[in-house]
Amino acid sequence: MCLAVPGKLVRWLDRDPTFAAAEIEFAGVRRRCQMACVPDAVEGDYVIVHAGIAITRLDTAEAERVIAELARVESNTSPVDKRHLEP
Amino acid sequence: MNTMKYVDAFRDRAAADRLVHEIRQRQTQRWTLMEVCGGQTHGLMRYGIAEELAPEVELIHGPGCPVCVTPLEAIDRALQLAFRDDVIVTSFGDMLRVPGSQYSLLSARAAGGNVRAVYSPSDAVALAKAHPRRQIVFFAVGFETTAPATAIAVRQARGLRLKNFSLLVSHVRVQPAMRAIAESHDCQVQAFLAAGHVCAVMGYESYDEFVARHHLPVVVTGFEPIDLLEGVLEAVYQLEEGRAEVANRYAWSVRAEGNRNARDLVHEVYEVCDRRWRGIGEILEGGLRLRPAWRDFDAEYRFPLSIQPTEEPGECRSGDVLAGRIKPPQCAAFGTRCRPDRPLGAPMVSSEGACAAYYRYARSHVS
Amino acid sequence: MSQPAWKGCCPIPLTASDDRITLEHGEGGRTAREFIERRILARFDNPWLRPLEDAARVCPDSSSIAMTTDSFVVSPLFFPGGDIGSLAVHGTVNDLAVAGARPRWLTLSLIIEEGLPVPVLEAILASAATAAEAAGVAIVSGDTKVVPSGAADGLFITTTGVGEFVEAPFVGPSSLVPGDALLVSGPIGRHGIAVLTAREEMEFDPPPRSDSASLIPVVEALRRAAVPVRAVRDATRGGVAAVLHEWAACCGHGVGIDEIEIPITPEVRGVCEVLGLDALHVACEGTLVVAVEQGSSRAALEAIRTVSEGAGASQIGVIVPGSINPVVVRRALGSDQPLDDPLGTPMPRIC
Repeated sequence: MCLAVPGKLVRWLDRDPTFAAAEIEFAGVRRRCQMACVPDAVEGDYVIVHAGIAITRLDTAEAERVIAELARVESNTSPVDKRHLEP
Repeated sequence: MNTMKYVDAFRDRAAADRLVHEIRQRQTQRWTLMEVCGGQTHGLMRYGIAEELAPEVELIHGPGCPVCVTPLEAIDRALQLAFRDDVIVTSFGDMLRVPGSQYSLLSARAAGGNVRAVYSPSDAVALAKAHPRRQIVFFAVGFETTAPATAIAVRQARGLRLKNFSLLVSHVRVQPAMRAIAESHDCQVQAFLAAGHVCAVMGYESYDEFVARHHLPVVVTGFEPIDLLEGVLEAVYQLEEGRAEVANRYAWSVRAEGNRNARDLVHEVYEVCDRRWRGIGEILEGGLRLRPAWRDFDAEYRFPLSIQPTEEPGECRSGDVLAGRIKPPQCAAFGTRCRPDRPLGAPMVSSEGACAAYYRYARSHVS
Repeated sequence: MSQPAWKGCCPIPLTASDDRITLEHGEGGRTAREFIERRILARFDNPWLRPLEDAARVCPDSSSIAMTTDSFVVSPLFFPGGDIGSLAVHGTVNDLAVAGARPRWLTLSLIIEEGLPVPVLEAILASAATAAEAAGVAIVSGDTKVVPSGAADGLFITTTGVGEFVEAPFVGPSSLVPGDALLVSGPIGRHGIAVLTAREEMEFDPPPRSDSASLIPVVEALRRAAVPVRAVRDATRGGVAAVLHEWAACCGHGVGIDEIEIPITPEVRGVCEVLGLDALHVACEGTLVVAVEQGSSRAALEAIRTVSEGAGASQIGVIVPGSINPVVVRRALGSDQPLDDPLGTPMPRIC
């Protein structure tokens, strides 16, 4: 349960509290999503979308912090061994 | 700008290797954890994490597949509606192949029932608006993650003054199920990986009492490989140190108080009720139902639905699987009489079901 | 109950006063004959069709011919990147091309739902004619039937194709051995996503486009470069996964592919992430899976990439010794996981 994907708020389409909607971008496509749970989100924010609604705003500062920390520590394992694909 | 960066970064292999290494370094004994959510089971299996960590970390798959635990009676009610000429039952795709007593929604469609898959409950509202002469029923299943979506939909239906939209509600609540598992006499679970997206909505403050009572760590965990490993690592740290606390390893999506707006929407429309979980039995306060003020939109009040006594096929052990007592391969019917194309029970059908996950990813390792 | 199959993405403006197909149009009487001559046959003029006999007389240059048939029931009839008309031509042409034959002649059978607007039919036939001409095939015979309203979803088309073996046919998947390289000619899953999102009116922007196309240029490029090709298949229903399973079963060995090597457009990726679909299970209509002898993948990729339909070609894996799991995917973290043989059409999910 809980297939939910982060997407970027491109533009607001409707600010009515019941029908709040915005265009959210995922990889190469955009879709209208329900925004009643995140009425304060602004363009450029990332939201997490489940079943067509944004359930929360992504804390990008925290996400970036985690990503940076993951990248900083060196891996102590062997390099990725790809299946033998020809050059 | 790659809008998938917050997905890709959490599938990074080098980081995952480091986390596995750290987990192994830290633990001095075997630990048994339960990941609550089906999406987490899926991730653990798909990326080989469960396999990688075993046997030092044993991951028991929890009942966190709302599709799997939707009671048989609810599916049978949906089927009754689907066979009415004036109704179209709309549903998430996940539910379509789950067997009811006689049909699944998909096989009902083949038999002349009116069933349509939608991605979002609001799409069902749009359908109702576009087709005023048909009754559109949305089969509202899912955890607290999904309840806001169905709440939004029914509020929109009311706002549009639609007379042809209703919900058939079978929402379930996670925490009561965790409580039931923690309180069961044969509970093997030593720590929980809590369902990250449920917590994104509900927050995790309510787990303080749970942790105090049961002395089991609860770690809010996400779904991508890195998230899952971070969750396991935190659980292992706590267990090694004899601590039992609520911790958040999905902080970039989850805040302690959750999403206030989402919770308010759910609270406006739904109230807590007892609910039978398929394969498990009645869980006190384990469900949500529409409040009396929203009865106009409740399919169970709008349509005459007969409640038939229901029975699972005798051989199905979904209850034991969902409660974490057995792993799917330990069921005698697994992979033989029960397979995704001819399932005996729900966990073999749903993409998040433990049995389906095992069938897909771990069959080769079962001798 | 949803809108008729011809609405949605229909490229031509329709009005309430448009002529509609009636049952008479399929009954063989004068109405039918005139309609067929004026509206259908006039589009496909060629020497084999012109005599308008019950059977077209075709004379292949080669004594070795290939035949195939396919029915097309796609809904909606029009979708970004194509329509049922061009699809019906491409699908059959591709089946011949992947066998190693040169497609020459097609038949075109129509089952039309009573009430279909005539301009819709004309637009689809025009599209089929354009696709046929571009592929170098002639439509030489056909049939028209009309069924009562509700008995068909707008329009069903069946095409049967005949091709000639100018060169030796490809050996086929029974010849695959461990070490052989597996390639795809372009990004996967485009057609299935285009049709799903169009049919369900999911309103993704930009609307994902089908890859529906003739693959003759790709096959010819491989021939010209004299690449030692073992087998070629266009990945249609069941996607690339279905082809890989079929080939594994045929040769008795296994297939190992690498998730990170699989080409996918940002549009398809975005839709798959949102709907919870695996692109490997999603249908294509202009994408080939090619198996070539070990050591030839670079030459094969260079050849495929010389044509526009092969722009995104990539090697995705190799044939491996058989194991309990016939098709295995190395996922992003480096673990090998079995790939399902698809059960049916993948469905959007929330779990």
